Amino acid sequence: MNQVTQFKLRIEHLSFFYGDFQALKDISLEVRGHEIFGLMGPAKSGKSTLLRVLNRMSDLIPGARVEGKAWLDGLDILAPDCDLVALRRRVGLVLSKPVPLPRSILENLTLAPRLAGKRDAGELAALAEAALKAAQLWDEVKDRLRDSALKLSGGQQQRLCLARTLAMEPEVILLDEPTSGLDPISTAKIEETLFQLKKNYTIILVSNNTKQIARATDRVAFLLMSRLVEVGDTHQVFTVPQDKRTDDYISGRFG
Amino acid sequence: MRTQGKFIERVLFLLALSAVSSLILITVFIFMEGLPLIVHTGLGNFILSTHWAPTKGHFGIFAMIVSSILVTLGALALGVPLGLSCAITLAEFAPSPVRRVLKPALELLAGIPSVVYGFLGVVWLVPLIREHLGGPGLSLLAASIILGIMILPTVISISIDALTAVPDIYREGSIALGATRWQTVRRVVLPAASSGIVTAIILGMGRAVGETMAVIMVAGNALKLPTSVLDPVRTLTSNIALELAYAAGRHREALFATGIVLFLIIMLLNFSATLITRRR
Amino acid sequence: MKSLLWALTGFTLLILVFIIVDISVKGLPQVTPLFLFQDPQDMGRAGGIFSTIVATAYITALALLIASPLGVGTAIYLTEYTREGAATRIIRFGAECLAGVPSIILGLFGFVLFVMKLGFGWSILSGGLTLAIMVLPIIIRTSEEAIKAVPQEYRLACYSLGLSQWQAITRIVLPAALPGITTGVMLSVGRSLGETAVLLFTAGAALRTPLSIFDSGRTMAVHFYILAREGLSMPNAYGTAAVLVISILLINLTAYTLMQRFMRRYS
Repeated sequence: MNQVTQFKLRIEHLSFFYGDFQALKDISLEVRGHEIFGLMGPAKSGKSTLLRVLNRMSDLIPGARVEGKAWLDGLDILAPDCDLVALRRRVGLVLSKPVPLPRSILENLTLAPRLAGKRDAGELAALAEAALKAAQLWDEVKDRLRDSALKLSGGQQQRLCLARTLAMEPEVILLDEPTSGLDPISTAKIEETLFQLKKNYTIILVSNNTKQIARATDRVAFLLMSRLVEVGDTHQVFTVPQDKRTDDYISGRFG
Repeated sequence: MRTQGKFIERVLFLLALSAVSSLILITVFIFMEGLPLIVHTGLGNFILSTHWAPTKGHFGIFAMIVSSILVTLGALALGVPLGLSCAITLAEFAPSPVRRVLKPALELLAGIPSVVYGFLGVVWLVPLIREHLGGPGLSLLAASIILGIMILPTVISISIDALTAVPDIYREGSIALGATRWQTVRRVVLPAASSGIVTAIILGMGRAVGETMAVIMVAGNALKLPTSVLDPVRTLTSNIALELAYAAGRHREALFATGIVLFLIIMLLNFSATLITRRR
Repeated sequence: MKSLLWALTGFTLLILVFIIVDISVKGLPQVTPLFLFQDPQDMGRAGGIFSTIVATAYITALALLIASPLGVGTAIYLTEYTREGAATRIIRFGAECLAGVPSIILGLFGFVLFVMKLGFGWSILSGGLTLAIMVLPIIIRTSEEAIKAVPQEYRLACYSLGLSQWQAITRIVLPAALPGITTGVMLSVGRSLGETAVLLFTAGAALRTPLSIFDSGRTMAVHFYILAREGLSMPNAYGTAAVLVISILLINLTAYTLMQRFMRRYS
């Protein structure tokens, strides 16, 4: 089997700078299709930056410069002529702070698909329903789709953001510390949702909560100070880490 | 998608040039229309002669320059003390709810049209001056008073901003040393806010020099150099406004030339105000 | 010392109150429906101010129609498409300087360019174009503030969903900034209502109700000025002043409360 097409996302010798600061140093890794891939590490280790490079949201950082290569299936996503809008439709991003748009719940979901070309109201409604069901939010909001999204609770808003991403029918979902501000119940709901979504999507999850990584991911990469220290099967990394630094981080000796 | 984005950016850039291009157009046209006259009469003659008789070919605006200066100084003499007092009261001594009502209320003064100020000046102030101080009432004094009131919102608003920008630490330090509130304001806060207050004064000056309608209505519009505050005067702005409608040829050029002088004075004032704020 | 300061402040407030009270007391009784809907008669000595209201509305609307796209477009360009640099500083400097140009100079400019050189004559068109230049800095400044106040997260969320920059601006940012932009428009209206020097020399002073934009028209402020200067009718002058002052005060008050509520929403 061709090495390149076996993986959904592939990064080779990726370095990222903004201004003089180097946020990523020579990172190489692969993400398989239909797995939950975790990125863990202490603050400022480069996890969020790496995530943003994957859908080119990193372009928005002032002074951004990137070296190395990255592929989504066969597509070179770092090419200057890469269609960013199309890329971001295939690779969705959920931020750590829920950002419901100042619109109704339904409009939050249908805004992007409509601008992507889907015009039929019935099709949009079905899309919204499917996305809400997949994000496990449907039952809670099905009677008030026209209400403002700002009225939802924190956990609901975050699931709405997830549903919004799902409504674009992406292939990859990036999540940047999605449960950092949420209560344990909402957190559990989201983790369970991700587990269900794995069947149809490739998921990359950034977290500074090692227990969440241990619970929710299949494979994990450990980033420390902009470098990749170790990558592998989650169970293996957490029981027999190959690098001492990984062991220290997991045991809580620093973080 | 990308080319569409670039196209939009270019269109917006063109729109963004509208302010700068308007400014350039204004400068170009005013100079184009007025410069020939200055060349014809000679700059020194234009600015320093007091003889303004356009129908006979005499274009000296010195009397009007002096009048503009005097009216402005008068306006500052009234507006700055009054305005600063209000600003200090509101910024330093008024409790917050009072300030929140009074500050916008005083800013309402700025919304009243200049013609209304002029009208009320004619109806109330001019007769007052005429009866109690003498002269025709329409005078340098009347113009100064009305303009002084008109620049109050500018002076107050910018001074309040300057005063509230002074960090509380300065005030607390002074009070901790045993000074009273007023001593604190006089010795610590005012000096710290001085550049902002100077800016307020300069902008007030700019406003006063550029004011037209109110001045026309109360200043008297006589063409001679004033010898007392009760004399009627004609400012640069009044001169333009009074004669533009029926001026032609060289006469009209002279009015534009007056406009050039006015424009330069105001740009100079605004520029120095910006310099002071930048240096802060 | 404090009491002196309070006294002076009180005195200043008294001036404001005096102005409003005098105009209201002598002017409001004049403001009858007849006054508002009847044209001026006998050069303004009698009759009402209807044609001037129409002219005012016409010119103000035209000015805003021109200045709003220009001003909002400038604000969008400054906030969304550029980083702070030479270009933005020049544009902002231009707008600030433009705000400082006295109205008589603008009147001169409008007169030479629109009335004379372009041949529009004394007209609604000349007046509207010149007024647009006068209010442009107001629209730019308030729109920029309004757009900047919209949280950056909204834009990030939009980009993550695959929206282009322009789509994010038109679908989410501008609608969110609309109250602030409206404030700028209202402040411009307030400013335009009181403007006389600019319009006297660009729109003229014709008493008839203007029908086409090439017709000359007399705004309320110009009409008031002429009434006062020529001493044609004290009651009518006061009536016109009352309409002017009350309208401006109401508009500025509404704009102010709108801006307060808008800013509170985003901070």
